[in-house]
Amino acid sequence: MSDRLWNSPEPDGAYDVVIVGGGGHGIATAYYLAKNHGITNVAVLEKGWLAGGNMARNTTIIRSNYLWDESAGIYEHALKLWEGLEDELGYDLLFSQRGVLNLAHSLQDVRDGVRRVNANRLNGVDAEWLDPAQVKEVCPIVETSPDVRYPVLGATYQPRGGIAKHDYVAWGYARAASALGVHFVEHCEVTGLEVSGGRVRAVETTRGRIAAGRVALSAAGHSSVVAGMAGVRLPVQSHTLQALVSDLLEPVHPTVVMSNAVHVYVSQAHKGELVMGAGIDAANSYRRRGAFHIIERQMAAALELFPCFARAHVLRTWGGVVDVSPDASPIVGLTPVDGLYVNCGWGTGGFKATPGVGWCYAHTIATGEPHPLNAPFTLDRFTTGALVDEHGAAAVAH
Amino acid sequence: MLLIPCPWCGPRDEAEFHYGGQAHVAYPADPAALTDEEWARYLFFRDNPMGPFSERWNHTSGCRRWFTVTRDTTTNAITPETSR
Ligand SMILES: Cc1cc2nc3c(=O)[nH]c(=O)nc-3n(C[C@H](O)[C@H](O)[C@H](O)COP(=O)(O)OP(=O)(O)OC[C@H]3O[C@@H](n4cnc5c(N)ncnc54)[C@H](O)[C@@H]3O)c2cc1C
Ligand SMILES: [Zn+2]
Repeated sequence: MSDRLWNSPEPDGAYDVVIVGGGGHGIATAYYLAKNHGITNVAVLEKGWLAGGNMARNTTIIRSNYLWDESAGIYEHALKLWEGLEDELGYDLLFSQRGVLNLAHSLQDVRDGVRRVNANRLNGVDAEWLDPAQVKEVCPIVETSPDVRYPVLGATYQPRGGIAKHDYVAWGYARAASALGVHFVEHCEVTGLEVSGGRVRAVETTRGRIAAGRVALSAAGHSSVVAGMAGVRLPVQSHTLQALVSDLLEPVHPTVVMSNAVHVYVSQAHKGELVMGAGIDAANSYRRRGAFHIIERQMAAALELFPCFARAHVLRTWGGVVDVSPDASPIVGLTPVDGLYVNCGWGTGGFKATPGVGWCYAHTIATGEPHPLNAPFTLDRFTTGALVDEHGAAAVAH
Repeated sequence: MLLIPCPWCGPRDEAEFHYGGQAHVAYPADPAALTDEEWARYLFFRDNPMGPFSERWNHTSGCRRWFTVTRDTTTNAITPETSR
């Protein structure tokens, strides 16, 4: 036991709170339930191994420079938590605030970028507008000459953005939550939700029935499937999202570069591999293998921006299943079923939010009311029309 | 890459097509009569099954026509739905 970071026990017959899905969000939520609210009779049920879903597959970009006030609220709360997280968890996360550039390649990109920088500043989010020469200073390997297919006309820059080691984040939270008494039950798939009198009572699992005071869904790409078990329909669509790494290289890339227009984003991990992501595969899918033409286009885009990558080799490609919402914003809060909560719709960009979601979702579950920072992100907003449209800041980018 | 059977051109690479999402979603007969809830369902809520899914494709780089297939979202096995 002592050489393990978290316990993986036989499930008890009942818990105060059952969390469905042991990704980053589920694990962080369990930690804050125990830490902030003293609720420790909690089980996180994971159908595979802990944090083997999107948490293990994302490209780890962290930033908070979204357009709208609602988004600034939750993503900036997350970024502030990231800034103290290694101390909080007593665990090294390789959290590196190396800055994030979002490139602009057209007049429209420039206008949108400048507008977003101004909106960010009004919300206390660090943001700068850089011209091509300044982009070159921050990241010397970006091609900024004017005679390419998609010239760089400028970029938004968030110096406090960066990357972290995704596995360490999951392990650090799981270790801390485990020490507070949380059970992480692996290889335990939720196959049914027992609802009676309008209230959730228990979950059916491949390891038996588990009674639950409250059930918190956090199943990312499989959210529609698990919510459907309680008759709750979600406005999300599941898609494969792919990424790849190169072989190990000397440090060449000092920051994170993203480009919506040419559909690629690139950073260099601590070990030395270039980490690149693409856009989603178009068709709905629950497969973790995507189409090769997406990788091909992503490589073409990367080479356009970074000609010096021409001799790098693709070492590995992979995919995850992401839950895309209509307004590119998440859904975090109550459902029509009492005691059943939902966290989904983070799509291609929920890693950065991990501490913030954990914090706010735990509050929602503990008090039965949304935290003020996730209150705008209700399931209801699709009926009221109060969408939080972040396609500009989120679409391909992470 | 998927090999998608266009009912008019035959099997072609996925790169020739544009995806149209869930099939058989009819435009409301009387849009003005819908409640907000019903309007939300029409605009934003689509099926998202793990398994067979009826979906639309447009052969943008070919005949430019829309058609429907059933594709399994876990295996990618495709069955044509529209006869020509
Ligand atoms: C290729 C790729 C690149 C990405 N890049 C970035 C990025 O750079 N920055 C960023 O912010 N975000 C990024 N994301 C998105 C981010 O990974 C997700 O938004 C985030 O990880 C979702 O939260 P999670 O960690 O809890 O999800 P997951 O780790 O997917 O956790 C959900 C868990 O639920 C489990 N589950 C599902 N169904 C059941 C069931 N019935 N019973 C029990 N367990 C179940 C799954 O096995 C899974 O472990 C990327 C995603 C991918 C795929
Ligand atoms: Zn055709």
